[in-house]
Amino acid sequence: MIHFENVTKVYANQNRPALDHVSVDVDKGEFVFLVGPSGSGKSTFLRLILKEERPNSGAIHVAGKDLARLSNFKVPHLRRRIGCVFQDFRLLPNKNVYENVAFALEVIGKPRRFIRKVVPEVVELVGLEGKAHRMPDELSGGEQQRVAMARAFVNRPMILLADEPTGNIDPATSIGIMKVLDRINRTGTTVVMATHDAAIVDSMRKRVVELEDGKIVRDQSRGVYGQAY
Amino acid sequence: MRANFIFSEVWIGLRRNLTMTVAVIITVAVGMAMLGVGLMINSQVKLLQDYWYDKVEISAFLCSSGNAMPSCKGKGISPGQTTALKTEIEAMAGVESASFENQAQAYENFKANYGSNPALVQVARAEDMPESFRIKLKDPDNFAPIIDQVSKKPGVAQVIHQKDLIGKFFDFLEKLRSYALGVALVLVLAAALLIGNTVRLSAFNRRRETGIMRLVGASNLYIQLPFVMEGVIAGLIGGVFAAVMLIVTKVFIFESLTEYVAINNPIGWDDVAQHILLTMLIGVVICILASFVTLRRYLRV
Repeated sequence: MIHFENVTKVYANQNRPALDHVSVDVDKGEFVFLVGPSGSGKSTFLRLILKEERPNSGAIHVAGKDLARLSNFKVPHLRRRIGCVFQDFRLLPNKNVYENVAFALEVIGKPRRFIRKVVPEVVELVGLEGKAHRMPDELSGGEQQRVAMARAFVNRPMILLADEPTGNIDPATSIGIMKVLDRINRTGTTVVMATHDAAIVDSMRKRVVELEDGKIVRDQSRGVYGQAY
Repeated sequence: MRANFIFSEVWIGLRRNLTMTVAVIITVAVGMAMLGVGLMINSQVKLLQDYWYDKVEISAFLCSSGNAMPSCKGKGISPGQTTALKTEIEAMAGVESASFENQAQAYENFKANYGSNPALVQVARAEDMPESFRIKLKDPDNFAPIIDQVSKKPGVAQVIHQKDLIGKFFDFLEKLRSYALGVALVLVLAAALLIGNTVRLSAFNRRRETGIMRLVGASNLYIQLPFVMEGVIAGLIGGVFAAVMLIVTKVFIFESLTEYVAINNPIGWDDVAQHILLTMLIGVVICILASFVTLRRYLRV
């Protein structure tokens, strides 16, 4: 599903590479934690999958597509197959829960009948039934992140990328978020989650890829966050 | 593509930047109006040239007694001399015909030409009109040698080539046209910059929305179209105002030209409609270009 081969990324005006000859494979339906200290290259890894950045060398394949040969014109179609969740939720403050989720479908030109059918389903999936008409500022942080996850998942992506989704959320609420991510993963969606949250990684017992200074230092199939932290 | 989604986005954008939108509309309107006026003057000049240039003649005004022109030496020309002069002129190479215009005919022509100015017609009397020969040329462009020859003949007070007279008027119109087009150019530039600025503001105002759109895989067109449409709509409204200004110009300036100058063929409505269409088209194209160029810089897709 995601295939990195000897990928190196050096940002302009920087000497140290953000990713240094990284090779990794993520299969369809896998759940992968991406761990490592700040600046270790986790976000760069996710941005490369979305083709927001281009690698300096190496090959990236996502969902069977060679990103180097994917024309800019087709990048939006790639992104439709990838859902994204962020630490800061990125909801539209002037739209309610339903509208925020529906927005993701509206802007890719889905018909209204389809939107009316799938949005309530997804809102229920993330555990927000009955709150579809709340505005984001009427929701708790955990609930806002659920909205963001609903938006990321509503188009049934093949891959869900989560960049520290629990970073702004207290540990008790984070468990709920992880349950939703696990539910999404069980539908066959590949999930890649970058995180600092040792407790979550340890409790989930999923594959862990650890980055340090742009290099993969550990890749365990049922790993924990790591002794050093 | 969901049209109502795009239009609601456009409406929100235009309303958020109301002052900028108004500035764009005014600039586009004035700029396009100036462009249109320039184009209208251009066609008017062409029409006049077509009308006049095959009518121009050389007028040789004859001496009357008391004429102050030095070439007359204070003496009038006798009827016998006039007839002799006519044969002489007609014999010149390049002259097609020469017709004599006596004072009465000259007065009639004067009245016809200046009919719209009754004060002038009242003051003038038939005796004030000079007698003249109207000389038609075989080749209208080869006038200099004939003027030269005729003016040397005794009894000829002054030779006037009508092209000189209309030429000055045409020069004036052409200056006016260049001025209008120059102002139009500057205003078009200003409009393009203003549109760029408006688009930049909208892009900034809506960076959250566009960021999410990018993320969920909205196509570039879908992301950019609302911004471009904002520019286009502002440009179109400006174009409508410009059209109104052009119609007003046609009615109040070009039609009334006939009253002040001897123009009997002001440009027609079909010409005006064409110019309006052209200016609106140019306006919208400029808006689209300006929007796209700014979007490339301020809206990463």
